[in-house]
Amino acid sequence: MTDRRLLLLNEDDNVLVLRRGIAAGERIAIGTGHVETDRSLNLGHKVARRAISEGEEILKYGAVIGVATTSIEAGGHVHVHNVRSNYTPTYSLPEETR
Amino acid sequence: MTGFSGYPRSDGRKGIRNVFVVAYLVECAHHVAREIALRFRDREVHLIGFPGCYPNEYAQRMMQALCTHPNVGGALLVSLGCESFNNRLLREQIEATGRPVKAITIQQVGGTRAAIAEGEAFIAEHLPALEAAVRVPMQADELVIGTICGGSDGTSGITGNPAAGRAFDMLIGDGAACIFEETGELIGCEHIMAARAATPALAALLEESVAKAARYYATLGYGSFAAGNATGGLTTIEEKSMGAYAKSGASPIVGLLKPGDVPPKGGLYLLDVVPDGEVRFGFPNINDNAEIAELMACGAHINLFVTGRGSVVGSAISPVIKICANPETYRRMADDMDVDAGRILEGAAELDDVGTEIRDLVLAVADGARTRSEELGHQEFILTYKSFEPIGPACLPAA
Repeated sequence: MTDRRLLLLNEDDNVLVLRRGIAAGERIAIGTGHVETDRSLNLGHKVARRAISEGEEILKYGAVIGVATTSIEAGGHVHVHNVRSNYTPTYSLPEETR
Repeated sequence: MTGFSGYPRSDGRKGIRNVFVVAYLVECAHHVAREIALRFRDREVHLIGFPGCYPNEYAQRMMQALCTHPNVGGALLVSLGCESFNNRLLREQIEATGRPVKAITIQQVGGTRAAIAEGEAFIAEHLPALEAAVRVPMQADELVIGTICGGSDGTSGITGNPAAGRAFDMLIGDGAACIFEETGELIGCEHIMAARAATPALAALLEESVAKAARYYATLGYGSFAAGNATGGLTTIEEKSMGAYAKSGASPIVGLLKPGDVPPKGGLYLLDVVPDGEVRFGFPNINDNAEIAELMACGAHINLFVTGRGSVVGSAISPVIKICANPETYRRMADDMDVDAGRILEGAAELDDVGTEIRDLVLAVADGARTRSEELGHQEFILTYKSFEPIGPACLPAA
């Protein structure tokens, strides 16, 4: 199942990148099913390709880009609120940490 | 097309612009220098400078490299008079290259008005010769091209950066020297990068340069990561790094430079921008133009600047080619962008198409075509304190 709005950069990845913005409530195709997004997501952001458990490495470009700090559902927004760096903490403005 | 034309310099290099630089050697001389440069606003007279009053070997070396950059044809140095910068040494170094140069000391010539008048007269005397200078044939293997990314977002690493990497591969194929940088934005991909080193000794040095950056930024408490990167979808420094790393293309890495080191031959080089020794002067590069200044000090004729969020900056001395990674940003800020790489994301172009477009644009700009930021008058410049140890022999390819 491929959703044209989502980009898989590497077969090993557990995240998909948005090729364009997706509004809250839109359905996106993930794996064999569909998920309704609970928030509006902008182009360039990431969603989980499958369920991710707390402590699991996040893979993009086939490389580790951080670790999940909570469990993340398939199709869920993967970002600063549920991922931490293995190097230096990410600085973001308060409204980013939803 | 790989042949174009440039301005021959006494050190054997050639320039693609013939800029007259006005350089203030302490912030106290900034206003006078700016007033002089403004009198030649629509001509190729650019303002650069160093604001500090305390001595700094790095700043001295940077100013020498910039005032004798192949794109520079003449220089006016402006001092207040009591700062520590060695303006006499700098003047002599520029003089030795045959470029017209004059050093004005505001305290000696009698203040603001007198200094402006003297500076204006000197440039008015020498600028016409620079403008009338004859260009000679130049080849792609005489070019040094830098790349940076700024205002990165989740699109940068998918479209603009890999497209810049393709352009790098093509330019290196034509014999050019290409430089990528910001070791702080390679944190997390040091092993992948080291595997591309031309020699095992260089591989170890590449890894060590990133480890140094990781230590440096850890001490500072922040990675090379701005709030806007997160708004644009980037989550961690490792993720930003993987995207930034794509700018380097796929060529073997032949050398490791530090600011002011000029590549001895063609090929791909990493520029180590993180100071050596203990953490002293704050963030390695406080913004994108600090990185551009260092690429120029390594001789970069043109810099490829990939942006997702939408940077508008250009630079004094060397043209900046703005590659926009994000199609939404491109539609909003098209006037500021030279290349629309976001169309890759929308399925309207392949990476190779955009890579070829960037390579062709590099050669056109080298031949005199003006970039968007040049047309808009962007000539940003910044230089701050740093300290470096010299590079060792294993850093450079055999001649």
